[in-house]
Amino acid sequence: MIGKEELEKAFDARFPETVRKKLQAARVAVAGLGGLGSNIAVMLTRCGVGHLFLVDFDVVDMTNLNRQAYRLPHLGRPKTEAIREILAEINPYVEVETLCVRVTGENAAELFGEFPIVCEAFDKPENKAMLISTILKSCPGTTVISGNGMAGYGEANGIRTARKLSRLYVCGDGVTEASPGVGLLAPRVAVCAGHQANQAVRLILGEE
Amino acid sequence: MRAVVTVNGEAVKAAGMTVLHYLEREGYDPGRVVVEHNFKILSRGDLDNTVLQENDQVEILCFVGGG
Repeated sequence: MIGKEELEKAFDARFPETVRKKLQAARVAVAGLGGLGSNIAVMLTRCGVGHLFLVDFDVVDMTNLNRQAYRLPHLGRPKTEAIREILAEINPYVEVETLCVRVTGENAAELFGEFPIVCEAFDKPENKAMLISTILKSCPGTTVISGNGMAGYGEANGIRTARKLSRLYVCGDGVTEASPGVGLLAPRVAVCAGHQANQAVRLILGEE
Repeated sequence: MRAVVTVNGEAVKAAGMTVLHYLEREGYDPGRVVVEHNFKILSRGDLDNTVLQENDQVEILCFVGGG
């Protein structure tokens, strides 16, 4: 087994040491482990973010494989368990805390209030709005990075990151909804997840 | 004539209406929006209790499905 220090040394040494240390000291929560959340978790793990808190109530389904980080052997298993396994195969030294629970307006503040950065990665717009409103209202130390509009196969360049409120960044094209006739596909979902993960990294490293 | 409120940076005639009434008038689904009113986030229950006043600043962010 490769040791922690060895793996740390393999982090891109072209960056100054402070970059790696800041990422390693960071704590990021991800709400929802579908197409956005599973890919965000993988990217943040590759970046060496030291502590991840990952929440989802669901199990891996065959219809998830077209865009989510899971593989056939994960079918039927809780996403929290499957993602833990995937992340451990990338970097076993990232602290991964998971919770298999449904996020509601009642538990959201308690679950996420201690995290400086929360990536909103839900599927349903009502859940997105609920989580964002609850956190911005009740968790003054938390910034939310949301995914909004990444269905279909329109131009990838339509997906952007915008700071919509002082503690809210929204990534996506803002309009393309999963709906009858327009599904979700790996590329645009991954582009949006990449925007969210990159914004998390930027906040960790002190950029706006 | 209703007095002016700023919504998403644009002046609109909406003072005197509740936020919920304004959302419905403009065709927003109140379950899919995040609303900031004078730099404070409104909860779902606040939408019906908050009456827009002249010179209020409102941001309405609308969310779509997929993730």
